[in-house]
Amino acid sequence: MTRNQILGLAVFLLVILVAVPLFIQVTGRWDFYYTLTSVALLSIASAGVWLTFYIGRINIGQGAYALAGGYFSAILITKLGISFWLTLPLAGLFTAAVSVVIGLPILRLRGVYFAMVTLVLTEVARLTALALPVTNGAKGITSIPLPSGIASFSNPKLGFYYVAAILMVIVFAAMYRLVNSRVGHLCRSLQQNEELASSIGVNITYLRVIAYSISSFLGGIAGAMFVAISQSIYPSSFQVADSVNFMLNCFLGGLGYVFGPMLGTLVLYFGWDLLFQTGKFQMLIYSSLLILLMLVLPNGLLSIRMPSAKGGRK
Amino acid sequence: MEQILANGLYLGAQYALIALGLTLIFALMNVLNFAHGQMYVLGGFVTYTIYAQLGLPFVVGLAASAITLAVVGALIEKYLFRPVIRRSSREESTMLLAAGIAFFLDAVILLVFGEKQRGVPKIVNGVLNWDFRLIMPYDRILIGALAILSIVAFILFMQYSRTGRAMRALAQDRVAAQLQGVDVDRYSMIGFALGAMLAGLVGGLLVTITGINLGMGGPTSIKAFMMVMIGGAGVISGAIAGGFILGMLESIGLSVLSQYGDITYLAIFASLMIFLAIRPQGLMGKPWG
Repeated sequence: MTRNQILGLAVFLLVILVAVPLFIQVTGRWDFYYTLTSVALLSIASAGVWLTFYIGRINIGQGAYALAGGYFSAILITKLGISFWLTLPLAGLFTAAVSVVIGLPILRLRGVYFAMVTLVLTEVARLTALALPVTNGAKGITSIPLPSGIASFSNPKLGFYYVAAILMVIVFAAMYRLVNSRVGHLCRSLQQNEELASSIGVNITYLRVIAYSISSFLGGIAGAMFVAISQSIYPSSFQVADSVNFMLNCFLGGLGYVFGPMLGTLVLYFGWDLLFQTGKFQMLIYSSLLILLMLVLPNGLLSIRMPSAKGGRK
Repeated sequence: MEQILANGLYLGAQYALIALGLTLIFALMNVLNFAHGQMYVLGGFVTYTIYAQLGLPFVVGLAASAITLAVVGALIEKYLFRPVIRRSSREESTMLLAAGIAFFLDAVILLVFGEKQRGVPKIVNGVLNWDFRLIMPYDRILIGALAILSIVAFILFMQYSRTGRAMRALAQDRVAAQLQGVDVDRYSMIGFALGAMLAGLVGGLLVTITGINLGMGGPTSIKAFMMVMIGGAGVISGAIAGGFILGMLESIGLSVLSQYGDITYLAIFASLMIFLAIRPQGLMGKPWG
């Protein structure tokens, strides 16, 4: 890491762990904690989607893994009484395992085919949650106890915020490391030309499944965290609209940049929240802005900073 | 059994029309039109307004739906998709645009037509009853026949008209078509308008049977995606096949699997994934088209 990067990381940590809580303390806008926690968790799930973009696949199925992770954690907590902190990684591992089974056949698909199958996958997850007896159907699983450590905070919202923010930092640091590692370079070769990569000895099947399972892992832990916060989960907790939003977050931030999903999530989520005062025109304004943004900046928000083809085109 | 087949055929004809529009847009522009279901809903509401509220004949409503959607489609292509396709460095960016348009149409429909379920009076009364083996209301038969008629007209148009030939050439090879003197921009716009028009037409047809409400857009898009995947993206015969197959599966599933609860779609989705694992390009698609 260069000095600038360390400095940037330090400033970022300072902002999210000290400045934001201070700001909320001063202004008294406690609801911001929930908003920011959601942003952090959604950006974790979006980071997963971004990774599948990185290997050249359009993933609209992250909602399925978030739902699976959420249910897995909820069932372990309520039926077996396992601590939430243990179920969090377990939920990620569970969704990663599921994604290996699903990913092996469907990762052979490309382009819009993969996009459409993953979209269908979100719907499959919802229907499965409705049909299985263990998920309690449409009634869902409710009154899940708060995680042990969080309950001791005077304000659970603050506790969740810290957990989600730290989780986000870890995830994005790991993503940054991954993308700039050997595996990351190999993934980029998949994005450009799979046949060529395969012909020079890259094990593309293995690499695709690995990237997809990491992506699903992130979806799973984000889903599990969400369940812990809302203390309930229903088949409609994560649906097609959420999957599409995860994808939009990545697009908006810019597909060529690791931190794109974080920025995209922040802008989309806050944009949506700010427009709440416009009442019934909320959706109209929001979607118009989205379309407008696409017309002006088709390559994502982060492309403003680097207009040259060097960093942007990947 | 006859009943199941007739239901499947009727559903399939509607589905095939929706899938045709989606696949046409995809073949011409490589755009996955997320807003297709919303276009369908918009078409339904236009027919509802003309036929049920203004009291004009049903055919007028249907024509109005088709024309409205064709205009909307042409405008969307010219002012939204074309500039974005030209300027973005990845073609997937159009998906964000399409999703944005889907949200936008949802918002417009909500503001203009409201969120209530709307239905229209029956266009023809009476029920065909063949020995209690096949029971089918006349309006369903009429709508099914109209849908099949539209499909035939569409195929003939694509096959024999100058415009249709130009669009098929574009779908096969964009650059080659351009070199032969096909005006790419113009025919992309016509193609998008035609695709949107088909969605509006089905909306207008189906409003007489199922009614229409705001929430139908998303599920319709997903069904259209499935049909396109079954048949193969960008292939017209594939879209028709996909539509009829999904219609049949749904009809059979609803009668056979109903005793196990609402798992028809789960079964269809699961078998679709297995099918795609074996044949990723669908029934008639080009590999990696």
